[in-house]
Amino acid sequence: MIKLFSRRRFDMVAFRFHQYQVVGRALPTAADEHPKIYRMKLWATNEVRAKSKFWYFLRKLKKVKKSNGQVLAINEIFERKPTKIKNYGIWLRYQSRTGYHNMYKEYRDTTLNGAVEQMYNEMASRHRVRHHCIQIIKTATIPSKLCKRESTKQFHDSKIKFPLVFKKVRPPTRKLKTTYKASRPNLFM
Amino acid sequence: QGRFRISHHALDRTVREAISNPNDHKTLGALRPLSSAVVESLSLALKMPFKRYVEIGRVAFVTYGKEYGRLVVIVDVIDQNRALVDSPEMVRGQINFKRLSLTDIKIDIPRVPKKKTLIDAMETADVKNKWENSSWGRKLIVQKRRASLNDFDRFKVMLAKIKRGGAIRQELAKLKKADVA
Repeated sequence: MIKLFSRRRFDMVAFRFHQYQVVGRALPTAADEHPKIYRMKLWATNEVRAKSKFWYFLRKLKKVKKSNGQVLAINEIFERKPTKIKNYGIWLRYQSRTGYHNMYKEYRDTTLNGAVEQMYNEMASRHRVRHHCIQIIKTATIPSKLCKRESTKQFHDSKIKFPLVFKKVRPPTRKLKTTYKASRPNLFM
Repeated sequence: QGRFRISHHALDRTVREAISNPNDHKTLGALRPLSSAVVESLSLALKMPFKRYVEIGRVAFVTYGKEYGRLVVIVDVIDQNRALVDSPEMVRGQINFKRLSLTDIKIDIPRVPKKKTLIDAMETADVKNKWENSSWGRKLIVQKRRASLNDFDRFKVMLAKIKRGGAIRQELAKLKKADVA
């Protein structure tokens, strides 16, 4: 019997990066009564940072600053179907020690926030790029046929099957952790 | 087509390695994941000791975290470390393989089935009974029972143990006497 009230979720974990939609425009002046409204979707850890990022990018694109502009709306964007596995492609621009580079990366995840978090972690580990040196240009859900990377394509198998080779013996709560064990744990799955 | 070519290439090198050292867990780990056909042929060729595979329909036991103690069904594989799991009493979600222990039970479901399909498949495969009759499942039931005893129950258990010990020792004494005689 499905308990409808106890809808417990695994992955309602705190995402570090949230996706926000920020809408803003320049302040209306005598010269321009109805300035154009711009909307941006970006990733930030919180709303304050999101607004700041919005002005950073908008300054680079249009002649408007936070001091002569206004944010009209900021909303968090949540994942529509967090139970469906998707292939995400992320285009990014990052600053390395020697200059700026563009990159395209693919991730398999259930939510876009999860994929973006994977991306930040991977860039930090593989290229030593910290998150403030990364700009996300574009993200998209890629259908399986159009995926480019072998590491995501190898999971496009409807009859996927593999053994788990190595089982780390772990106590079910951290409280039961001990430094020494009486006997050698069996690592076979 | 590109994918087929590369998987043949991967098969070549890794199969050669695996066949030359079949007990090398590192090589076998590098083989993961391969297409099911390759895995079947490998396990026949190498007599791989793995009987429980991560596959769609595999029932697993959650061994860490908030969902500790639940039986879930692997409904899809996200990537090397995570699976999408589902169970009749919970929303479908992702979980790391490190938090799962695979069981022997496997049910027949299509990839990412509807909840109703999943429940029906679990009924036909009789997962609940198979689990409760398996030695692993029985051990868990006993553990739960022992944890939920109150003081009076523990007293009763003590008496029962003494009685059982006495009966065993009586039989042993009889056998010893017969042996001596």
